[in-house]
Amino acid sequence: MTTRVSSFARRAALALAAALPLALAAGGPASAQDAAEPAAAETPLPPMESWAFSGPFGVYDTAQLQRGYQVYRQVCSNCHSAKFMSFRNLAEPGGPEFSDSQVKALAATFKVQDGPDDSGNMYDRPGRPSDPFPSPFANEQAARAANGGALPPDMSTLAKARSYERGGLWFLLEPFSQYQNEGPDYIHALLNGYKDPPPAGVKVPDGKYYNTYFPGHAISMPPPLSDGLVDYGDGSPKTVGQYSKDVAAYLQWMAEPKLDQRKQTGFKAVIFLAIFSALLFLIKRRIWAGVKDASGTAGAGAMPTMEPKPRV
Amino acid sequence: MSGASTYVPKNPVLRWFESRLPIVGLVHSSFVVFPNPRNLNYFWTFGGILAFMLVCQIVTGVVLAMHYTPEATLAFASVEHIMRDVNYGWMLRYIHANGASMFFIAVYIHIARGMYYGSYKAPREVLWILGLIIFLLMMATAFMGYVLPWGQMSFWGAKVITSLFSAIPVVGDSITIWLWGGYSVGNATLNRFFSLHYLMPFMIAGVVGLHIWALHVPGSNNPVGVEVKSKKDTLPFHPYFTVKDGLALSCFMVFFAYFVFFIPNYLGHSDNYIEANPLVTPAHIVPEWYFLPYYAMLRAVPSKLGGVCALFGSILLLAFMPWLDTSRIRSSNFRPVYRVFLFIFFADVICLGYVGSQEPIGLFIPASEILTAWYFIHLLIITPALGFFETPRQLPASITEAVLGPRAVGGSGAFAAARTAASPSVDG
Repeated sequence: MTTRVSSFARRAALALAAALPLALAAGGPASAQDAAEPAAAETPLPPMESWAFSGPFGVYDTAQLQRGYQVYRQVCSNCHSAKFMSFRNLAEPGGPEFSDSQVKALAATFKVQDGPDDSGNMYDRPGRPSDPFPSPFANEQAARAANGGALPPDMSTLAKARSYERGGLWFLLEPFSQYQNEGPDYIHALLNGYKDPPPAGVKVPDGKYYNTYFPGHAISMPPPLSDGLVDYGDGSPKTVGQYSKDVAAYLQWMAEPKLDQRKQTGFKAVIFLAIFSALLFLIKRRIWAGVKDASGTAGAGAMPTMEPKPRV
Repeated sequence: MSGASTYVPKNPVLRWFESRLPIVGLVHSSFVVFPNPRNLNYFWTFGGILAFMLVCQIVTGVVLAMHYTPEATLAFASVEHIMRDVNYGWMLRYIHANGASMFFIAVYIHIARGMYYGSYKAPREVLWILGLIIFLLMMATAFMGYVLPWGQMSFWGAKVITSLFSAIPVVGDSITIWLWGGYSVGNATLNRFFSLHYLMPFMIAGVVGLHIWALHVPGSNNPVGVEVKSKKDTLPFHPYFTVKDGLALSCFMVFFAYFVFFIPNYLGHSDNYIEANPLVTPAHIVPEWYFLPYYAMLRAVPSKLGGVCALFGSILLLAFMPWLDTSRIRSSNFRPVYRVFLFIFFADVICLGYVGSQEPIGLFIPASEILTAWYFIHLLIITPALGFFETPRQLPASITEAVLGPRAVGGSGAFAAARTAASPSVDG
């Protein structure tokens, strides 16, 4: 239902956006729709999902991030690294907020190479919260060799690194709607976008899979999720739909871990500046009062103590 | 910065100091008692906003530089370190990245204001040219700054723009290699761009000093475009313009904060969150939004050298505005025909920006050609010609008359029409 409503909203907004070029593109015949049409027919736009973290007051859903981490750890992290993340991040506010002892225990389940020791040898030790997430492959070549030549991208910034053109003048509306979720919407759509067999007439090369939302449709990643794959402890549905939503939210958190702090600080900053501007407006009006009279001097309304006196 | 200071400190220590270095008097004469035309509208507040943006970029930039590593294999990671581990690092970086865009929004409004009100005309030609030098320095600084995060768009943007120099006949390739510090964009390029990105803001600050100096010799232009004729036409900078500039700055900061805190990546490109990879070319290389009109002009001309000439020519030509515009009348409020053409020119530049953001296919190709041609036709043909053919409206006799009406200064009613035309310029 959410999808249907939001796709209607998008279409309505697109229609509005398509009406704008007449005003904007006065000098050129460039029509927004001409450019948007062929791209849209090839790869459909990911549906807009509703996310806990969207909008000016949206913050991450802690339980969702915890579930998302579970999916990430059991599924994604088998092939994808997240090299800018450390275990300690999992306990930080505005994230999955696991407890310190949980993170400590979690880190200890990983083996981490350290060293060299006093005799110059590297050695393995249990992970600590300060350790970065271990990468699944030693290097890029090993990752490619294990994945049919394709490199699974690092996931630390992935949700901010995926976007798509909505086409036309849609971009003019985004500052107002604060729509910032191209990445998670795309990841969610991609995880639900596999089609086996592919649509009639489409040939997918060996070792590739058909995905509706992947540019060009032939993706190297096999469908990673299936119903019942990850065992949720909190009773959430064990479906691809739920897993994909949770893991997309989790990837968004990895890419933008300070989102909660950012929006909360921003709210205070904007309120402060707005009040400050209103006060300045009143002061400005008072100082300038009377300046328009014939003598050019400040009238009775002007601040009497303000110096120097205006020139006459 | 003009004329002898009348400032005499009451404090004997300050008086002693002032007689040896009259710097407080300089500030006093430049920013306290300095006479500004009383009819300046809010478009005149963008100079102050730009000064604030320069300071904001320098302050955030200096702190970012404490945490950033200008080395090809570490740069991207150091930016992520700023975003994740530095206290309020995300805020510093988003202020700095969006601050560049705000700087350009303000400078484009500032330049458009200068063009609309004829602020480049005598005796302000040097002021205008200094402004364009600042604009060029800003473009260079912003371009190099965008390379520093070493994302995909950083790398490939740097490659496209530096490759422009290879269009120069004979020595082009040598210059490009010299700029790169190697045979492609790499660690040497990143290192020198960081060094220059740190240097250039201080060069900008220096030229800003000259810009203000050159401004304070003739004083500000104003919406009517009639020079100040008596003290009655002016108001002291403080408190009138400090509070007005302050109000505008504060409102601008609300706008700025909205971007920083709620849509911080809206003006950026998602590909820049992928680490630079010389082996993978992005599907669609686009520069930052503020370069898009020039990018469109670059691509509109079929030959590489021609495109580069169009790009640089489009900016250099603006330096000749004081001589290309043959009309005596400064303010477009009194130039009914030029005013229309100027708005078409502004629309032309905005459309060029949109075309520059799109892939050069289909209708966008002829569109970019027509828009580019119009840019040059406007500056080279229409602007000089209109000065000869256009009949301007009657100017008011003075600024005071434009503000208060002819009755107040004892004039006749003959200037009523002119006053109406100028009335929106009165303080709002």
